[in-house]
Amino acid sequence: MIKEVITSVPVMLCLTVGAYLLGCWVKKKSALSLLHPFLISIPVIIAILWCLDIPCSVYLESNKLITFLLGPCVVSLGLMLYEHRQTIKQFCFSILVTVFVGSAVGVGSVWALCELFKLDDVFFDSLAAKSVTTPIAMDLTSMLGGNVSLAAISVVLCGFSGAIIGPLVLRWAKIKAPVAKGLAMGCASHGLGTARAVEMGALEGAVGGLSIALMGLATSLVVSVI
Amino acid sequence: MEKQEDLMKILKGIFIILLHLALGHLCAGVIGDFIPASVWGMVLLFASLMLGVVKPDDVKTVAHFLTDNMTIFFLPAAIGIMDQWALIKMNLLAWLAVVLISTVLVMLTTGLLQQWLMSITKKKGSDD
Repeated sequence: MIKEVITSVPVMLCLTVGAYLLGCWVKKKSALSLLHPFLISIPVIIAILWCLDIPCSVYLESNKLITFLLGPCVVSLGLMLYEHRQTIKQFCFSILVTVFVGSAVGVGSVWALCELFKLDDVFFDSLAAKSVTTPIAMDLTSMLGGNVSLAAISVVLCGFSGAIIGPLVLRWAKIKAPVAKGLAMGCASHGLGTARAVEMGALEGAVGGLSIALMGLATSLVVSVI
Repeated sequence: MEKQEDLMKILKGIFIILLHLALGHLCAGVIGDFIPASVWGMVLLFASLMLGVVKPDDVKTVAHFLTDNMTIFFLPAAIGIMDQWALIKMNLLAWLAVVLISTVLVMLTTGLLQQWLMSITKKKGSDD
């Protein structure tokens, strides 16, 4: 009886939403910009599932409702593009060229590195879209036949690494123009990179935000070619 | 009275976003699914906003709620990694290397290219 209640849909949904709220609360209390709710929610959920001996598949099945909202989430990025339309208009040509080259470098370098390290095909299929915002990356990954969970984790790792070492890389490469800084952060590390770009300045943040959506579109096209 | 109107606006926002996602699925089916349905939906919403078919005010609340809390929507997918842990553990170092190196490469090429493109277009502008 208790087992049935614990594994019911509302309880499993509470686990996800509760862990996320806890993550947001800890981030707010700690005031550390890099302490992302993701870093707190994931271990909490895994620990609870593990302690209660609930199979991962049961949890995933019950959370289909939340996963479904990834689609509307991507659609909403259209508003983000619209809100930054002035910036796009201003730097239209250079931004479009850069984003396309960036997504080609992203997919190409993952392919080359996977060959170099002799990784299984599933790694390339799941990592190809790693510089794209998670919901879009997951759709692209299932299109390529990769593993959606591996993609989600890789995208987040890519986001954190870019957000942490990004400012150092930009300084080392003498990238100083605000638009170039924002675009580099947004193209390489999507939302997490953009959060860091916002701290650099308003223009950096705006360009980072629009590059999230553009990078998703450009990588879709690049991936469709291969 | 005002509260009721706010709620109606939220429902309107949900409807518009779901409608564009549905149209995105239609595009993916008719034109081709080389672009995922959700990304088609994103492009269509952008187009509707630019054409003035959809007022930004109508989708703002719902769209910002979704994009600001994006993390929660992929938590379940990330948890799915528990089942894949063996695969990752076997290739942990290579996986980390691929992600880190590729991230830095993308950052360097986009940053340097954008800076260079802006510097040449600016020079052209000053020549005129």
